[in-house]
Parts: sequence; C-alpha cells; structure tokens
Amino acid sequence: MANADCIVLQGGNMAECHPVGFQWVSEAKARGAVVIHVDPRFTRTSAVADKHIPIRAGSDVVLLGAVINHVISNDLWFREYVLAYTNAATLVNPDFRDTEDLHGLFSGFDPETGHYDTSTWAYADPEGGGIDRPGGPDEHGAEQSDRAAGEAHGSGGPSLEHAKVERDETLTDPRTVFQILKKHYARYTPEMVEQLCGISAEDFGYLADAVTRNSGRDRTTCFGYATGWTQHTFGAQFIRTAAILQLLLGNVGRPGGGIMALRGHASIQGSTDIPTLFNLLPGYLPMPSAGRHDTFTDYVNSVGSKKQKGYWADADAYAVSLLKAWWGDKATAENDWCFDYLPRLNGPAGTYQTTVSMLADEVEGYFVLGQNPAVGSANGRQARMAMSHLKWLVVRDLNLIESATWWQDGPEIESGELRTEDIGTEVFFLPAATHVEKAGSFTQTQRLLQWRHKAIDPPGQCQSDLDFFFELGQRIRAKLADSDDPRDRPLLDLTWDYPLDDDGNPDPESVLAEINGRHLTGDKAGQPLSAYTEMRADGSTEGGCWIYTGVYADGINQAARRVPGGGPSPSQSEWGWAWPADRRILYNRASADPDGKPWSKRKSYIWWDAEAGKWVGDDVPDFPVDRAPHSMPDPDLGGPAALTGDDPFIMQADGKGWLYAPSGLVDGPLPTHYEPQESPVANSLYPQQQSPARVMFPREDNLDAPSAGDFGVDVYPYVFTTYRLTEHHTAGGMSRWLPYLSELQPQMFCEVSPQLAAERGLVNDGWATIISPRAAIEAKVLVSERMTPLSINGRTVHQIGLPYHWGVGGTDAIVSGDAANDLMGVTLDPNTQIQESKAGSCDIQPGRRPRGEALLELVREYQQRARVTVETDNIRITDPAREIIDPPPASDPPPPPGADGDEPWGSRW
Amino acid sequence: MARRSFLQWPVLRQFRSGDVLGRGPAVTSPHTRALEPRTATADRVVQSICPYCAVGCGQKVYVSGEKVVQIEGDADSPISRGRLCPKGSASEQLVNAPGRQYQVRYRPPHGTQWQSLDRDTAIDMIADRFLETRRRTWQDTDESGSPLRRTWGVASLGGATLDNEENYLIKKLFTAAGAVQIENQARI
Repeated sequence: MANADCIVLQGGNMAECHPVGFQWVSEAKARGAVVIHVDPRFTRTSAVADKHIPIRAGSDVVLLGAVINHVISNDLWFREYVLAYTNAATLVNPDFRDTEDLHGLFSGFDPETGHYDTSTWAYADPEGGGIDRPGGPDEHGAEQSDRAAGEAHGSGGPSLEHAKVERDETLTDPRTVFQILKKHYARYTPEMVEQLCGISAEDFGYLADAVTRNSGRDRTTCFGYATGWTQHTFGAQFIRTAAILQLLLGNVGRPGGGIMALRGHASIQGSTDIPTLFNLLPGYLPMPSAGRHDTFTDYVNSVGSKKQKGYWADADAYAVSLLKAWWGDKATAENDWCFDYLPRLNGPAGTYQTTVSMLADEVEGYFVLGQNPAVGSANGRQARMAMSHLKWLVVRDLNLIESATWWQDGPEIESGELRTEDIGTEVFFLPAATHVEKAGSFTQTQRLLQWRHKAIDPPGQCQSDLDFFFELGQRIRAKLADSDDPRDRPLLDLTWDYPLDDDGNPDPESVLAEINGRHLTGDKAGQPLSAYTEMRADGSTEGGCWIYTGVYADGINQAARRVPGGGPSPSQSEWGWAWPADRRILYNRASADPDGKPWSKRKSYIWWDAEAGKWVGDDVPDFPVDRAPHSMPDPDLGGPAALTGDDPFIMQADGKGWLYAPSGLVDGPLPTHYEPQESPVANSLYPQQQSPARVMFPREDNLDAPSAGDFGVDVYPYVFTTYRLTEHHTAGGMSRWLPYLSELQPQMFCEVSPQLAAERGLVNDGWATIISPRAAIEAKVLVSERMTPLSINGRTVHQIGLPYHWGVGGTDAIVSGDAANDLMGVTLDPNTQIQESKAGSCDIQPGRRPRGEALLELVREYQQRARVTVETDNIRITDPAREIIDPPPASDPPPPPGADGDEPWGSRW
Repeated sequence: MARRSFLQWPVLRQFRSGDVLGRGPAVTSPHTRALEPRTATADRVVQSICPYCAVGCGQKVYVSGEKVVQIEGDADSPISRGRLCPKGSASEQLVNAPGRQYQVRYRPPHGTQWQSLDRDTAIDMIADRFLETRRRTWQDTDESGSPLRRTWGVASLGGATLDNEENYLIKKLFTAAGAVQIENQARI
C-alpha cells in the first residue's frame, strides 16, 4: 500500500481497526498519495484522509458502478492492459439478458426456488451455446449457493470446460463483455449516486477524478475494504465492483495496486485457507456434494477441467495429495484414494443453518472454539435460544465468556424466557492456551504465514486446541478400535501419528510438515515438497494443503524466517512465507506490459529478461517462469501449458482478469445495486428492491422491518450499522476481561448526529433504547457530528452507529453491556452465506430499556404497530407486474440444451 | 545516605550531565535510577505474533520465572516495525487476565452451578458424547441414494483465532468422523 498513488478506503475504518497496518497508508500519503475514506461515519481514518465522503450504508455498488460508468464513458480505461489481460473482448452467450432488459433481474431466475440457472451467463462457445463448467451443463445456482461455492474461489477462479473463447478485439460486438458492462452501468450516474448514496456530484467528481488520475502506466490506485463490504446480502458483489474498476484501470498485479481485504482476526485468512468452514477442504478444494460428486472422477473434473488454462487444471494432484496426507497407505488408486471416506453436503451447513438445526433439535453437540456466538452472532437471542436446545456444549476459551454462561446469566434468563433449571444442556468449559503458550503459525491478511514460538507452557489445566483435538482424536479412535462398522473406517485409518513431546503432545512443526507435503516414492521419498507443482495425482506425493506447499521446503520452517526488516529486497521476502510459492504480489505478470517490459520505470516489479529467457524482478514471478511474453501455445494442451504469454491470471480458467464473471457467482455475473433486506429507501435503479437470490430465514424469531413503500416503514425509520473500536476485539472475549482495554472503552454506546438527537430528544451521555424487530437494547448516547444525516431521494435518512463488543452475562468480565448483534436479523449473501449486519432498520428513544417481561412486550408492541410478519421483506420478486415481462426477441435461438426447460421461467428466457 | 557533595547541586548536575533543562537524568531519584525494566531482567525473549487483528504485528514476549512479564512490539518485523496498537500493547494482560480460567468446569443438565472436573475425565466424557451423538444422528445416504456418510448432530464454531496447525487437525478429525457443520468467524 505504501507504493500506491491513491488509496480508497471504503467499507472499513483502517486507522482504528488496523492501526499498525495503517502506517503504510500514512507512509503512502507522506510520499504524496491521495487518501480517500468513504464511510457512513467520520472516523479517525477520515480525520487523516485527504477527503471523507459520507455514504449511506449498503449503497456502495451505486457509487463504484458510477465510477465504472465514468471511466467507460470518458474513455479513461487502460486500453492496453484491458485488451490484453482481461476478458473485455470475450463474447458472452447470446441468450444472456442483463438487468437492464429484465428490470433488475438477470436471465435464468427461478422465483420458485429463488435461485438462478446460470447457464445463459456463460461465455459464448464457438460451437454454439455457452461454455459450460466441466462435466456438463452448468451447475444450478441453487446447488452452488447451497454449498457456498462462491467462497471456493479463494485461490482462483471457477472452472470452465475449456478456454477456447470467442473474442472481438474491437470491443464493438454487443455480446462482448465490454459492451455488456457499458450497458449495465449506463444508468449509474452522478445523479443516481446523489439520490441513493447521499453523495454530492462534487464529492463524486473528486473520487472519480482521484482514482482515474492516479491510474495508468506510471501510477496505481489501491482499494482497502473490511466487513463494511462483506456483511451484506450481496457483499461479494461489492468487492466485485471494486475488482472491475481496478481491472479497467490496470491496477491489479502491480505495486501499489490491488484490493486489500483488511481481515479482522489473527488467522482468519488461515482459517479460510485451511478451512474450519463447512464448504471447503484445505486449499479451496470444495467439500464434495451428494449427487454431483458421487465419484472421485466427477469431483476432480468439476474442480478443474484438464482442458481449461492455468493451475486449477491440476486439481487432481492437489486432491490426491490431500487424501494421501489423511489416509496414508490406505488411500490407493483402486479405492479412489479413499474419496468415499469424505462426508457429503446436500445443502448449506453454515453457522445460521446450524442455529436453525439446533432449534429443531437436530444438532445435539456443539464445539465453540475461541468464538463467542452468544454476543457475536447476528440475532443473538436466536443464537442463545438455539444453544439451550443442545444436549451438550463444549466451550474452549481463556475466560468464562457469555457463550459459556448463558444458561446462568444470559439475557433470556433475565427476561424470563428461560429458566436455568429447565435447560437440559450439559456444558463443558475447557480453559485454553494463549498465543504465547503454544507454537504455531498464523496467516495474516496478506497471505503471509508467520510462526509464533512458544514462550511458556500453558498454566493449570489450560491446553492448546492442537493438544486437545489430538487427544480427543486418540480417545475416539481408541473407543472405536474394535469396531467393524464401515462408517468408523475413516477415523481408524486416519493418519494420526505425530511425533510427541515429553508431555505426550504433538509437535506443531510436524503438522506444518504434513500440510506442506512430502514425496512418498522415488529418490526423494520422505523429503518435503518444495512447490505445489511437484504434486502428482498418482499417489507419489502427499500434502495437506497445496497452496501452503513450500512453507516447509528443504525441511525448514519458512514461516519462522525473521531476517530483520525482511531483508534487502523490495518485497521483504525474508520474513515469514506467503502462499502461494512465497509470492508477495499475486498475478504480478501484469506488472509488465504485453511485451514483458515494465509499464513504467516507476512501477517496475517483474519483467521478461530476454537474454536469460525468464521472468525476473523483485518478487517470485507469478507465471511460468520461462514462458515468453508472446508465446501462443496450443490451447488444446490445457492447464499451465496452455497459458499464453499474456495470460497473467494463471488461476483463472481462461488466464484473464474477469470484468464479467461467466461462472462462479450465484447472484449475477455483474454487480447490481439492490437495497438491504430492510431499508427505508426504495431502489431507484430497478423495481426489484432486494437482491433476489439472497438467503432468507422467514421465521417468527427473525422478523424484518418493513422496507420503503410498505406499511409500517416509519415505525423503524432509522438505519443502523455496526463497527469496531480500537480498544476492543469482536465479541469482547479477548478484550472485556483486560483491565487496560476495559478502562479505555468502558461502555456500550450509540453514535447519533445532533439532528437526530434533537429529533428524538437524545442527550449526550444519557441513555437511549434502540429497537429493531428482533430486540431492544440500551446504550449510552454519543451525540457527534461524525454522523452525517444524508439526503436520499429527497428525504433525510439518519444513521446510527453501534459498536458490537459488549455482551450481557459472562463471568468476571470487567465491562459488560447490551449486544448490538441482538438487533440484527439473519439474511445472507448466497455466494458466501455471510449475514447482512452492516445495515438494518431501527427506532431510537431516550432512556433505558425496560427489564424482564416488559422488554419483550416493547419489542412485540413495535412489531404489531409495524404489522411485521414472516413475509415482510421476504418476497423474492418485489414488483412482479413490472418484472419478467420481456420475452426474448424473436430472432433469438431457442434455449440451449440442458437449460431447465421444465421450470416455468426457463423457456421464457 | 552519603553526604551530599557540592558537585551534586542540582544546577551543576544539570550542566555536568548535559541535561540542561533538568528534565532527564539530572533529576531522577536514586529509587528511579535503581529501577530496571522488566524487559532487561527477563530470563528470555521469545518472538511471537499479535493474536488480535489480521495485520500480524511482530511481538517480543519477555519471560521471567516461567511467567510472561511483558509483551512489546518487534522492531524487526517489516510489517509492524516495532509498533503495537492498544490491544497488542495490552496482550500481556490477555495472558495474565485477572478473570482467566485455569480449571475445567462442568455444568450437568439442569444444574444451576458449575462443578469442577479433571481434564482427563472431561475429554473422555466429550469423546463419549461425540460418539453417541454421531451414532444417533448418522446419515448414510440422501433420498435418492447418493452417499452422505455424515452426522448432522455435531457442529463446531471457531478457528479464526487458532493456528493453521490447529485448524488442520480440527478439519481432519471432524471430516473423518463425518461432521460437516464446521464453521468459524471467517463467514461472519
């Protein structure tokens, strides 16, 4: 980031939430970069930025879409980069219909299931129709969504059957991605930004001018975002909008460019790479799905086709190496490498589906590991009530957090909804080890693995999760030792034999070595792999997470490298180890022009050395190292061999950066603005109010506030958004028990503008009660001009800011308070299954909230006044009369074979 | 106490020590002079990484008598260059928090208070619960006969604050056991 000429921080508050990382923004600014902060609140990030632009929570796609429109209409895009490195020239299936044609929907939507059939979004196949995903017609959006398939692209793009696309280098064909993009954003204008975001034409002009002026051969712009983008019903599309803009401006794969995900936990990146997530196996291999992945061949073909370009074509080698790491000699070619040992998905199994399953008494046992769902999950009451249905609960934490004690002192005990004596849940609390009482690696937000050395042994009965799970595994295996039940074979055949220390605990470095992988046969048998390109699909290698291969190259823990300052190279590569292959900037082939020369001296990073016949520079080249800039290998080769010299996006199935996503997203190939699940504002762009493919939970314990145009919208007239403070950490488990931090931020508060304070009679430092259809909470009032009332569609919209670190209950917490997440409803992004917790509707009143039964009565009274039901906001098509009215033009070919002809809408578009 | 010599007069002290304005060594008390930072007397210093946000700042952990006595920023880190935010600076208190739990606790069904339990028994009981639930909630196939090979009865939440090696063992063990509802903060 320090190399950027312009930094746009949007959907986050980097100075307060990533203060030490923010020094690099300051460094860039000191070197002359422009820093712009786009956020509903004026924060300390805004205070040191060149410009703060207040925005209505949830309207970011309008703003960025308008910048895209500005860039295209004024011909400000980086022509050479876009033509060579993106899919701008690629032709799309003629059956594709845009939201401009269908009033806010793309072709393929099934209102019955709420899912898209994504086949019409595909690239045009020179032989007719679209290029499917491998293994036949495109997987139905329903199934992709159910397994959160979008998230499986954490290490590259979705697969294509082959990469022989049709291109129009003149970009004039209306079926080119470029023309589709141009048309899609044509109505995203500065006027629309003013109407929907509350941003003046002048502020919009400042932003648009800053990013375009600071992009091109000689300059680069960088974006940084956090959960202000992800926590929406179409959060993945917020990020896609920025990605499109950055590709158009040539800011990907170059120093000072890119989009930085500012992640919020020490190893949240690592826990996605080596996923404690339902839909993934290590290295972004998907969990298999019943019916779709019944055999190993079906599985690997769907992950990456041998005919597509790039390194995902070798998915079979990664999958076999993983299965060999887990089941060792038992995994053989004859038994498909024990593929049948893997459990299968047949629907989503995310946090919120689990909550609902608990309430239905389907889930009996729950492990809570360093997380605090009683405070941190949206709709906290629902999360706590769900836990009261469990048979057994294991909480592993440092302190007695609210998730361990809700049965004793939770808000539902106080309100009388639950009685301790009636709760049948058996609770185990196991004290955990802190980060200094165990050795291991964290992966930080830029994919860098850093090893922590152990300082002391865990005190008392405290134990690391590594030791606990190793021991639990040993007990379970011992108890099953005599079993002949086939379902127990995967546990009994599991490789679970790590070298032990004197206390009988596994050596964490040996686990890292397994993750890295090793050769199993030949001269190098037993030696660690040094790169994932050494993995083979014939069982001669094993490795637990292919993207991490190399972290234990030469038998050395590369994550523990600590050369002061990272050594002399500009990439500071001698500190820690970055996946993949220790590359610090991904897709860095794009830092050179199509001829292999740096775009400019100022932005040189990786270039082609013609004499040496290889790519060289300041980083590990993210490209086949000897592939010359103008190479045109036979596309039939498939895989890495098929990458042409100007295909920098080596993990994409066609080697190009995707302005338009023909596959992989379930709610649209292009980001489109919809309103949040509950919003007092009408969508001025389309008759469709909310994202049609969002995941809804229409339940009595998860009601939504009426949206614009519905009866009762004035009962919950304000928008609320949640955020973090510097002095606290998420749900407070690691901060509210610490004296210094508790003293620095002792109390839950709400941030309101002076205008809203006057409207509702709120007094600074007094109390306020905030009411949503889920809960009512109290907070101290902070009246501050940092909150700006916005004029939206000619009407004033007030926003309320709420930090979410406090909770009620817990033992020995130094500070406690009502939990902001109790106000939140649960509605999810269908790509990621992440909840919308950055925009909701509420009312605010002066004074403290009632206690006991009276609190429930208050929430009910509001619900009744607004006449909310489970149907409120849970209608898929909000204006059927105006939507889905366009029959396809008569000249269109019939739907391709494989389209869902038996579905009512399938044959119409 | 030794007799004060002429040379210890404050003004002379200030000029002799170069602390002309009398805001530094010239005005420290013998007590202050005798103080040593915990970082200087520590038995050892261990390099670590901050456990809070995902920036990944370097930490130096100072240990005395097998207790963590101080945690400071690691100036060698090219990411943080020695800096820590309020949370990272307070992380010594995370290790030595006054409310931190050192013992296993157990709440039986319908119980109103915690009971104590030794760790060995607790892990054994958890293994039993895990296997019982797994047996009871096993799903071999879906309606159409495709294999599922899983339990819908055991779920897990957490991992974003854990090590890669820990997450790896959790995923490996639960997947082999057929548990699929494994989730963490990354989706929240």
